[in-house]
Amino acid sequence: MEYFFQQFINGITLGGVYALFALGYTMVYGIIQLINFAHGEFFAAGGYVGVIVLSFLGAHGYMGTHPWLCLAFSLVLTMGYCAMLAMAVEKIAYKPLRRSTRLSVLLSALGMSIFLQNGLMLTQGVYDKAYPTAFVQGGLDIGGVRISIMQLLILGLTAVLLFILNALVFRTRIGKAMRATAQDKVMSALVGINSNRIISLTFAIGAGLAAAAGIMVGLYYGAVRYDMGFVPGVKAFAAAVLGGIGNITGAMLGGFIIGMVEIMAAAYVPHGGEYKDVFAFIILIAVLYFMPTGIMGENVDDTRV
Amino acid sequence: MTRESRRAWLTFAVALGWFFLLLWPLTGIKADGSLTFDQTLAIFWRVAAAAAVLVVFWRLKRKGSFDGAGRGLATARAALARGISVVPAWIWWILLAAGALSYPLLTNRYGQDVAVTVLVYICLGLGLNVVVGLAGLLDLGYIAFYGVGAYTYALLSVNYGLSFWLCLPLAAALAAIAGCIIGYPTLRMRGDYLAIVTLGFGEIVRIILNNWMELTNGPKGIISIPPPSIYVPELEPTLHFVPFELRKITYAYYVILGLAVFTVVAVHRLNFSRIGRAWEAIREDETAAELMGVNTFLLKLLAYAMGAVFGGLAGAFYAARYRFVNPDPFTFIESAMVLAMVVLGGLGSIPGIILGALALIALPEVFRGFELYRMLAFGGAMTVMMLVRPAGLIPAKRMGQRSEERD
Repeated sequence: MEYFFQQFINGITLGGVYALFALGYTMVYGIIQLINFAHGEFFAAGGYVGVIVLSFLGAHGYMGTHPWLCLAFSLVLTMGYCAMLAMAVEKIAYKPLRRSTRLSVLLSALGMSIFLQNGLMLTQGVYDKAYPTAFVQGGLDIGGVRISIMQLLILGLTAVLLFILNALVFRTRIGKAMRATAQDKVMSALVGINSNRIISLTFAIGAGLAAAAGIMVGLYYGAVRYDMGFVPGVKAFAAAVLGGIGNITGAMLGGFIIGMVEIMAAAYVPHGGEYKDVFAFIILIAVLYFMPTGIMGENVDDTRV
Repeated sequence: MTRESRRAWLTFAVALGWFFLLLWPLTGIKADGSLTFDQTLAIFWRVAAAAAVLVVFWRLKRKGSFDGAGRGLATARAALARGISVVPAWIWWILLAAGALSYPLLTNRYGQDVAVTVLVYICLGLGLNVVVGLAGLLDLGYIAFYGVGAYTYALLSVNYGLSFWLCLPLAAALAAIAGCIIGYPTLRMRGDYLAIVTLGFGEIVRIILNNWMELTNGPKGIISIPPPSIYVPELEPTLHFVPFELRKITYAYYVILGLAVFTVVAVHRLNFSRIGRAWEAIREDETAAELMGVNTFLLKLLAYAMGAVFGGLAGAFYAARYRFVNPDPFTFIESAMVLAMVVLGGLGSIPGIILGALALIALPEVFRGFELYRMLAFGGAMTVMMLVRPAGLIPAKRMGQRSEERD
């Protein structure tokens, strides 16, 4: 039983990361009905910029004295960086192609993804880059179940970011504009919403969340790699589809489910550890086949475009 | 300076500033706590200079400064086309065939090696073209079929001693089955779902190849795969046939040349058949195609399976050529490479894809020093191509006319 609770904690931590990551997919899809192929690269870039800022601060000795402040600082910088990156990608690869075929947009986004991934590799090297994790060692024991400080940090941060996002989307004017654009671009433009700016902003917000997820994964596993956005990207997409693509609450829920399934399958299914990357994918196919609208989603066929 | 050009240069400056802000954190902040600008500026000035030249070029083109040159180029091209058509087409075909057949006699081992790789990629590119170019389904896990083909031949020949020629159709069939397995649940979805699902599928094939130790020997791979062999007649003592192993690279070249020619002919015939027209109809407008009585689901599944067939054939050759397979070559990067060939060359265009394969394999061989920047350039080229010339270097010829092109 303790083993189960331990895995439950691990699953919910991983799920939080996937939830943050999946939000970018689902928000972009909701607003322009396209998959953002470069989203995994925002995640990886986030992981890298995070470790760059943290090591820079560490070299000046600030990590020893104020580790939490440093983390907050690097988190904010990294989210800003990835938001800028996402806006650039949107301007280059999506905006000029808004009236062309879906295939051209997918291909241009894919080209961007390959470009960014290799750009990261060329500037940062092909090897893993280690995260400073000394300040998040230790943990709590609750009835034999161990919760590390790291897991608490990830869970807390995820909760805060999800709360902010919810407030932003459902309580502010900008959020209202985003939802209006997602529903009907022409109509929202007629009532004075600058849809180009809203689309750009949606990319930026999604990338900011992915950047936060990248830092968390870096802290959790202790290292980042230039191609780390690839497999988690597919899983996060599975989470977005599971929750119902285009639906923000659904993506959060889907992320937690995917994370939980992955950890539980690795723990309880024979050979599960070796094939843990396969489970999210099986869920993706099953959902697409039996329940294409996801748990709380809208329809996915052509009728919305 | 007109208002328009001021605007263009202002956009240019903002874009460069943006680029600098994105580049500097990755190259300028060092882990030892120092901040440098040397490396960043070295990259930045080059990009800025290249971009400035492009902006000037683009402005001049907008103003019409190149109209004269464009007309000159058009006349030159027309003259060249007339010159080519003076000689009957079959002479060109014979020259081409003679060139392809005598190629190994004229080049060294290295040249043949490059040619074999180019031909393998032509097969892969044409196979992917059936899926992406003709049917318009984005497949990002195409290399998985290559892997299925390679492992089919490797396992069947090592474990059961089956010959290469028998394994070729088996590899194609297994790849087609794999294509149907992945296609069946996903083809009802829209294209972008398919893209991600195939991406995941490609990854899963690699995970299975890596972890199913009993079957595939995992990351260590399968060694000593026999090369293809043929029976040659021998007169002593009496007329009988002995097996002869096609071990040398020259023989491998002829085998893959045959496969590539088969692929070109097959894809060409498919393209201009009833099925090919149905695929193009699906690509252009699926709903309209369905209304016209095209069985879209079955035909998409067929496109998937046909594409996989050519991947499987190329894969079987790969295993026979290197006589060793492990899961490493079957990564997403390879899928992206093949896709880049198809996209750069021209979706749906057979000469375009051949050119694309030549450009993407042979050019990096020429510019050896830039090996590292290869994928960076391909990715960038893919995006740029979609922005400026979405039909590719050699656009596909269309059958018939479209209503908006008439009058």
